[in-house]
Amino acid sequence: MANHTITLKINGELERLEVASNLTLLSMLRQKLTLTGTKNGCHAGECGACTVLMNGEPVNSCLVLAAECDGADIVTVEGLARDGRLNPVQEAVKDAGGVQCGFCTPGILISAHALLERSPNPSEDEIKDALVGNLCRCTGYVRIIDGIKQAASL
Amino acid sequence: MINVHPGLPSFDYIQPGSLAEASSFLAEHQGEARPFMGGTDIFVRLRDGFGDYKYLVDVKKLDGMGTINFDPAEGLTLGAAVDMNRVIGSEIIQEHYPLLVEAAGRVASYQLRSRATIAGNICNASPAGDTIGACLLLDASLQVHGSRGFRTEPLNSFFLGPGQTKLEPGDILTAIKLPPPPEGLVSRYIKLGRNQASDLAIVGVTAAGYPDRGRPSGYRIRLALASVAPVPMVVEEVESFLSGEEVTEQRIAAAARIAQEACSPISDVRASARYREMMVRNLSQQALLSVWKSLKAA
Repeated sequence: MANHTITLKINGELERLEVASNLTLLSMLRQKLTLTGTKNGCHAGECGACTVLMNGEPVNSCLVLAAECDGADIVTVEGLARDGRLNPVQEAVKDAGGVQCGFCTPGILISAHALLERSPNPSEDEIKDALVGNLCRCTGYVRIIDGIKQAASL
Repeated sequence: MINVHPGLPSFDYIQPGSLAEASSFLAEHQGEARPFMGGTDIFVRLRDGFGDYKYLVDVKKLDGMGTINFDPAEGLTLGAAVDMNRVIGSEIIQEHYPLLVEAAGRVASYQLRSRATIAGNICNASPAGDTIGACLLLDASLQVHGSRGFRTEPLNSFFLGPGQTKLEPGDILTAIKLPPPPEGLVSRYIKLGRNQASDLAIVGVTAAGYPDRGRPSGYRIRLALASVAPVPMVVEEVESFLSGEEVTEQRIAAAARIAQEACSPISDVRASARYREMMVRNLSQQALLSVWKSLKAA
């Protein structure tokens, strides 16, 4: 099986890696870069626990090959905070009580962050649409949505 | 041993530099090579143990795959690699083909649509494909590049069975072409899933209609069904029934029963055949009524 050398930006840092053809972006982040914030929930693109930004857009990293990411700009949940400070979405979802076990949280934060970048003042329906692909088994979503509304109002 | 991190089976990732190189590689390695776009169907199938490929060929970045072109006389040329979010956000497509926007908007989730393509939806050839009914009713044709260069395939004869299309080894779908939409076209896509969003369609109903003085009813109204037959289907009898006489709510109810008779659903994890049949009738009625009311009001 062929190996590929890729150069890509991850949370602002340039990385050069050698990856097997069948290595997913998710596995690469967790296993090769120890960026374990991004989670594997279903490995089928249904739960969103693996959501990261690829070239500014949320994707299910379990369904992207690392080899496809040569030249890409990847942002994971670890890349949202700046200088040790949580970003407004992280702060707001935390303060609203939108985190219980925390497993869905990284993916939710990435989807929410991307939503507010493209639509700074979303309606509740828009927020729900944006989170369709991020499943949460603990919170019932209400406080997550409250947190995102709060972040949007800033 | 528990495999905590289920990965993908072994394969070689191939990035051809041109369509010619891609087609020739695929033809040379027929049976063991497969082209892919977003990978949102193929990777899931591979992980589940279906399909076994030595080579996965990335065709996203080849010539013309990423463009959206509209000409009022020619219609739309939608590059095969254009992801669904881009389709939904395209002002051109919103203005001229809102049915495609509506259908694509019902697929999975935002992050899946960042990668998924309509071309992939078509080539995967699941009868449940959300965007296929829209493409059928918009009279899509497919631009395909193969071992002998480019050719055009009409979509309405493209599907041969679940997961099976007319594509041959070496073939790559490069663009979807839609003719200019008829004047006054009104459309609706209704998707029934186990939840409000993100599921595969248990039943998908696409309806479209436009004024047509050449028909006794004065309208051409068409219906396509997803998930209730081996292939995505257009119910021709609904069109001829609603062409023949003045359209009324009773005739729409009758047309919905025709759709119910025409489908042949199976029972699977998502729903029973009987439930699907009943939902075909109810949702066809809703979709046709919605289209009819808009046509009348225009």
